[in-house]
Amino acid sequence: MIYADNASTTKMSITAINAMLPYFDNIYGNPSSLYAFGQEAKEALEDCRARVAACLNCEPREITFTSGGSEADNQAIISAARFGAKKGKKHIISTAFEHHAVLHTLKALEKEGFEITLLDVHTTGLVTPEQVRDAIRDDTCLVTIMFANNEIGTVEPIKEIAEVCREKKVVFHTDAVQAVGHVKVDVQEQNIDMLSISAHKFHGPKGVGVLYAKKGIPLTSVINGGAQERGKRAGTENIAGIAGMTAALEEACKNIDENAAKTIPLRDRLIAGLDKIPYGELNGTLEKRLPGNVNFCFEGIEGESLLLLLDDKGVCASSGSACTSGSLDPSHVLLAIGRPHEVAHGSLRLTINEEFTEKDIDYIIEAVTDVVTYLRNMSPFWRDLVNGARPHVFAK
Amino acid sequence: MKALIAMSGGVDSSVAAYLMKSQGFDCIGCTMKLFDNKDEQISQGKTCCSLEDVEDARSVAFRLGMPYYVFNFTGDFDKKVIDNFINCYEKGMTPNPCIDCNRYMKFDGLYERAKVLGCDYIVTGHYARIEKHGEKFVLKKALDSTKDQSYVLYSFNQEQLAHTMFPLGELTKVQTREIAEQNGFINASKPDSQDICFVPDGDYARIIEERTGKVYPKGSFVRKDGSVLGEHKGIIHYTIGQRKGLGISAPEPLFVLSINPHNNTVVLGSHEDLFCDELYVSGFNWISGETPRGAFHCNAKIRYRQKEQPATVAPLDNSRIKIKFDEPQRAITPGQSAVLYDGDVVLGGGIIERNDYEQI
Repeated sequence: MIYADNASTTKMSITAINAMLPYFDNIYGNPSSLYAFGQEAKEALEDCRARVAACLNCEPREITFTSGGSEADNQAIISAARFGAKKGKKHIISTAFEHHAVLHTLKALEKEGFEITLLDVHTTGLVTPEQVRDAIRDDTCLVTIMFANNEIGTVEPIKEIAEVCREKKVVFHTDAVQAVGHVKVDVQEQNIDMLSISAHKFHGPKGVGVLYAKKGIPLTSVINGGAQERGKRAGTENIAGIAGMTAALEEACKNIDENAAKTIPLRDRLIAGLDKIPYGELNGTLEKRLPGNVNFCFEGIEGESLLLLLDDKGVCASSGSACTSGSLDPSHVLLAIGRPHEVAHGSLRLTINEEFTEKDIDYIIEAVTDVVTYLRNMSPFWRDLVNGARPHVFAK
Repeated sequence: MKALIAMSGGVDSSVAAYLMKSQGFDCIGCTMKLFDNKDEQISQGKTCCSLEDVEDARSVAFRLGMPYYVFNFTGDFDKKVIDNFINCYEKGMTPNPCIDCNRYMKFDGLYERAKVLGCDYIVTGHYARIEKHGEKFVLKKALDSTKDQSYVLYSFNQEQLAHTMFPLGELTKVQTREIAEQNGFINASKPDSQDICFVPDGDYARIIEERTGKVYPKGSFVRKDGSVLGEHKGIIHYTIGQRKGLGISAPEPLFVLSINPHNNTVVLGSHEDLFCDELYVSGFNWISGETPRGAFHCNAKIRYRQKEQPATVAPLDNSRIKIKFDEPQRAITPGQSAVLYDGDVVLGGGIIERNDYEQI
C-alpha cells in the first residue's frame, strides 16, 4: 500500500508515540489535583506548553490546548467576533476556499448578524495583501485566512497580509493546520495574532491541537465547565496527546528544511509525471506550494471512480475534502479557483512526505495514468469530448 | 463472480449482502448519497440516506468483511428525481419518486459504477424475483405477496435484469429479520423506511416551495359544471381522490376529481365521480423488449398498495398504451405508474397520463 493522503492524516512518529506512553500508566494524575502526583502531570503539561510556544516563537501563556484544528478555528473566530462585537465591529474578512471549520463558523456568525466578506483566491489559489487592504473597513473585527490550503496546497503570503491587518489594527487569524511542521511558521516574525494547529497533520496524535492567541485578545470559551486552560477550555487535559503533539512538533520543526529538501523533488517528479496525461492540469500555483501537495484535475473523469480504482491498486488518495460520510462533494476549493463543476468532480489529491521513494512516485504515476485511461475509455462524457460534441476545458 | 451490493443501512439490503457473501460472491458494499439532509431536521429511522444509515451500512459491510464505499449521486438525484417530482406536481399530477430513483439511480447510475469496478451483478434488498425463461429474463413478484416491490421495478430492460440479483425475492420479512438477528446486525429491528426520503415529514409542498422559491397561487375549487365552491391553497397541495384538508363544507362528502394547472382550478365531486375504467399510459417499458402486436387481457395495478385488477390492454404508438379495466377503478391518478402483470410476471409499466393531455 502507498499512503498518499498525508494532508488527511499522518502516521505517528516513534518519537511522538514514545513521548505519550508515560502518561497512560505512570504519570496518569489529573493536572488539576492538589497532591504532588497530579502536580507531576501539571508540570508536564506546562513543559509542553513552553516547548510548543518555543516552536511558534510566542509565550507559553499564549498557547491553549484544544481537541484539534476545528475546535481551535471555532474558538479563534468566535472569540475575535465577540471581542469585535463589543466595540460594535461586526465585519469579518475571509476567503472562499477556507476549511469548513472556518466557513461553517462564519456562516453561523452571519446568521447572528455578522457581515462576512469572502475574498477571491484567483486561479492561482492565492490572496494578495492588497485585496485584504481594500476589504478592511472601520467595522472589520477579524481577518481569517488560511496559511496553506488543505486541498491544493497553496501557501498564502501570510506575513504580508498580517502586516496589513496589524497596520489597520484588525485581529488576524490563520488556520495553519496544513502549514505547521511543513513550512516555517513564526508568529512574531509573521505578525500573526491567532493561529490554529492540529497535531495529526505532522505525525502527532489525533484529537489534539493548539490555539495560539496573542496576549490582549480575550478568548471566549466554547466548551464550558472546569477552569482548565485558564478558564478558556474546560475538560481534563489530554496530557498524553499534548505530549505526543509537542514531541512531533519539535521534531517536524527541527527537520523542516531537510524534509522539504527531500519531499519537493519527489513532489515535482509526481507533478511532471501526471502532467503527461492529456487534458489534465495541476490545481494551484507550483511556486507557492506545500512540499508534499499534488492536486490535479482530469477531464472526463469522476473523482469517485478514480479513487475506487486507485484503492484497488493500493494507492490511498483523495478527491475533494473528506467528509463524515466518506462521500465526495464537488470541492468548494476547486470551484473557488474557477474550475468548472464537471472538472472539479474529476480531481485527485496526492499528498506525500519525506519517506516516499522515487519508486513509490513512479508507481503512483503509472497507476493514475492507467486508471485515467481505463475510465476515459468507458466514459460517454469522454467520448463526447474526443469527437468534439462537447468542448474541452483544458488546452491539452 | 463480483457483486456490487446497494446498501441503504436497512435490514433488507444488509441481509441481501449477507446472502450474496454466503453464496461465495466477491462482494463490494456501497451506499448512494442522494441528497443533503444536513440542514433539515430528519426524524430518525424513518428514511434512508442519513448519516446514521451510512454508519449502519458500513458496520454491516465491515462485519461481512466486504469493502464499502459511499457514492455521491446528489447532483443526479436533484436533476432526475427531485426536479421531475416538482415538475409533476406543477402539472397537476402526483409523482412516485421512488420509481424514478430506482430507474435513474439504482439501475442506471449504480450500473455504471458496477461496470467501472468490474462487477458482474448489482444486488439490492428489493422483494422481487428475476428468472430466466429461455433467452429472456423475467421480473416476477416476490413470493411474499405482502412485501412484493415489483411495482416499483418495471423500468428494467433485459440487459439490466441479466446483471441484477434480488436475494430476498423468496423470503418473507420475518425470515429476513431472523437472518439479521442471527448475524447480530445492528439494524435487525430497525423499522422499514416509509416516507419519501427527501420529504421526511410528509410536507412535500413545503419542500417544493423551498426548492423552487415559488409561491403557488391560490385558486378556485369548482364543481364539474364550473360552479365555484371555495378557494384552494395552490394546486401542488392536492392529489386525486383526496378528501381531507379541503376546508370546504358541503352537504355531501367532496373529493378531488382533477387538478387543472391551465386555469388553476381543482375540481371536486362525489365519491362515485371518482370512478373511471379507462386510462392512457405513456413512456411504457415492456420488460421483454418487445411490444405485443394487439390488444390482450391481463392484470393491471395503478398504485403501489393495490391489488391488480383485470383489464384489456391495447398498445398504441410512441410507447403509449390504453388500459380498459373490467370494472371502474377509484381515483386513477396521473403521474402514478400503471404496471401490467401476467400472473406473477411483470410485463412492464409506465406513467399514467392526464386525461386532458392536450389542454396543457
